[in-house]
Amino acid sequence: MPAGPARIEARGWGWRHAGRRRSAVRDVDLVIEPGERVLLLGASGSGKSTLLHGLAGVLGGSEEGEASGRLLVDGRDAADARGRTGLVLQDPGAQLVMSRLGDDVAFGAENLGVPPGEIAGRVREALDAVGLDLPLDRPTSALSGGQQQRLALAGVLAMRPGALLLDEPTANLDPDGVAEVRDAVARVLDATGATLVVIEHRVDVWASIVQRVVVLGDGGVLADGPTERVLADEAGVLAAAGVWLPGRTPETAPPPAAGTGPELLVAEGLSVARVAGQPLRGGIDLTVSAGDALAITGPNGVGKSTLALTLAGLLRPDAGTLEARGPLAAGVRHPEPIRWKPRDLLTRIGTVFQSPAHQFLRATVREELELGPRALRQPPAEREARAEGILERLGLLRLAEANPFTLSGGEQRRLSVATAIATAPQVLVLDEPTFGQDANTWAVLVELLAELRAAGTSVVAVTHDREFVRATGSREHRLAAARSGVPA
Amino acid sequence: MSVIGAVRPDLPLAHVNPVAKLAATLPLAIALVLTLDPVSAAVALVLELLVLVAVGFGPLLRSKRLLPIWIAAPLTGLSMLLYGEASGEVHWSFGLAAISDGSIAIALTTVLRVLAIALPGVVLFLTIDPTDLADGLAQTLRLPDRFVLGALAALRLAGGLVDDWRMLALARRARGVADGGPVVRFVRQAFALLVLAVRRGGTLATAMEGRGFGGSGERTWARTAHFGRVEWLVVAVGCAVAALAVAVSVAVGSWNVIWA
Repeated sequence: MPAGPARIEARGWGWRHAGRRRSAVRDVDLVIEPGERVLLLGASGSGKSTLLHGLAGVLGGSEEGEASGRLLVDGRDAADARGRTGLVLQDPGAQLVMSRLGDDVAFGAENLGVPPGEIAGRVREALDAVGLDLPLDRPTSALSGGQQQRLALAGVLAMRPGALLLDEPTANLDPDGVAEVRDAVARVLDATGATLVVIEHRVDVWASIVQRVVVLGDGGVLADGPTERVLADEAGVLAAAGVWLPGRTPETAPPPAAGTGPELLVAEGLSVARVAGQPLRGGIDLTVSAGDALAITGPNGVGKSTLALTLAGLLRPDAGTLEARGPLAAGVRHPEPIRWKPRDLLTRIGTVFQSPAHQFLRATVREELELGPRALRQPPAEREARAEGILERLGLLRLAEANPFTLSGGEQRRLSVATAIATAPQVLVLDEPTFGQDANTWAVLVELLAELRAAGTSVVAVTHDREFVRATGSREHRLAAARSGVPA
Repeated sequence: MSVIGAVRPDLPLAHVNPVAKLAATLPLAIALVLTLDPVSAAVALVLELLVLVAVGFGPLLRSKRLLPIWIAAPLTGLSMLLYGEASGEVHWSFGLAAISDGSIAIALTTVLRVLAIALPGVVLFLTIDPTDLADGLAQTLRLPDRFVLGALAALRLAGGLVDDWRMLALARRARGVADGGPVVRFVRQAFALLVLAVRRGGTLATAMEGRGFGGSGERTWARTAHFGRVEWLVVAVGCAVAALAVAVSVAVGSWNVIWA
């Protein structure tokens, strides 16, 4: 097996998933020379991930789908070149194989049949390269998202691959995690000279590391060349595809003025806990008024998501009070949202979870959208009309009969927001709504939230996204890192 | 968070090949399943306690982690006491339930047997790390790599499902579908968890293949599973306890094979 950087070549390559009529990707002609660093761009659904998975040899055999053309790594079929390429996926927690850090790094090397005596050295070297200075028996589940992604990278490095294939490795990370992973990749490339193919919506993350940009689209490769030239020449195409170009935030209408309506939710001395009796954060005072936009910000692990789920009436406050006031408290017996029936929550507080997969319950997009209104026993005609309107507004109409789990990340995010607003709640709580979103979905979300606020809905969002805070004109409630003595 | 609880590496025998620990508990379990007499079980239980304390499991035996056994064993005994086959003098009866000389003897025997079989199994299992078990199964017993590592990955995935379960419960409340009876709610949520688990499994499988899992070449193991003197000793002690329990029982004429 050749050592050193790998050469990648696609010759009229395409792939159609089993059971689909349309090809996920087709007619790709591309040569990536050894050691080249390439950013792969394209609209959601342009087949970028499929191409990368093909290069990694993990698309599966003929029962999984049908290939056309050829995909070569060092002149051999990509499927037979496992180990020459190393794949890192988007979701940090989902790619941990072993429960201890050292074992996880060793996993790939073991699979390639590296002699056991050599593996310990490779594990140390790989962990050094990604800057993870932690005990080898540290549980992998106890790492932060950024650390988990660097661990996945280390696991790939221990295989000494000729090409790194990164599928949106930083999309689910906060800004610190993004920098951690990007810098680790840069160090590794400088040390090994390996070929790089990375997929990412946010060009500025990788612009300093890659030399070449390839834009994938319906008819194969749409554009290919040095980073600056492609970004300049194809700005229109890229913007339409939802790519985040450096220094350019999608244009959205200015946000409505801060809410001046009546108070809806008041927290006093609120202490929040994921598990009863284990408070993550205490002493929170805040007020949400009608038409308000509130951004909850702060570093990882300070309890932002837990606070959001508590405000949403889903988690019981550990101490202190959270009470609905005015119109939000009308028609319910208790002021505390946690004591409301689920049905009472629907028209009062809607929640958009960080991971859309947690909140999808039905087999089609349309049924998903009608679930809440159905629980409210709305008449079918009204229900269907409203669903139709929301699908149209969020560009999901053509997907109405699709299974929610088969949608792209951006589509899933839009659907999860759609399901929450289908019952017209007075308060909308969102947990990291813009994580991993392309510029188009981002702009749609920002404008939709502005419309909702103009109509009197309050919006509470946990977010790391500064642009989002600015574009939505949100007030900021920052949870600072825990002081000593207060549990983090 | 691991489903079977954190393994504490400071426990005695934590570094012994798990295959040896499993093998050590087998002879006794087979012997005690075969016979229905109090002597073999009592002898085995006493020997087990002596051996376990001698090896250093004293604190664990007194800890809360063994509470389920101390509760479950008397409960099975109680059902035997009330509903076991009546014989000899009947002391008390109410409907189908009756306490007789015969049912008292069966109850006592049952409690001893449950304790004698469960105690070493649970204590030793608490010292087994799933990764070590996988190493042992694949390297010592030569079970297929793919099967063993697949099971291990599934176990790790199962740990994360605890958090998923919690989030699903919150999400169902948020979506307005958490009304209804607890059974219906449980079944529906379990189904949602299953869907999620299958999807997570798919992603993990891709990640594993992306790191060369399931390739055609021979796989190596970074951690070598030893089966040396200590392991053989553990197995020997297990056999000795079983042999002694059976011998004493046969000698005093109490041995009572279930099909006899």
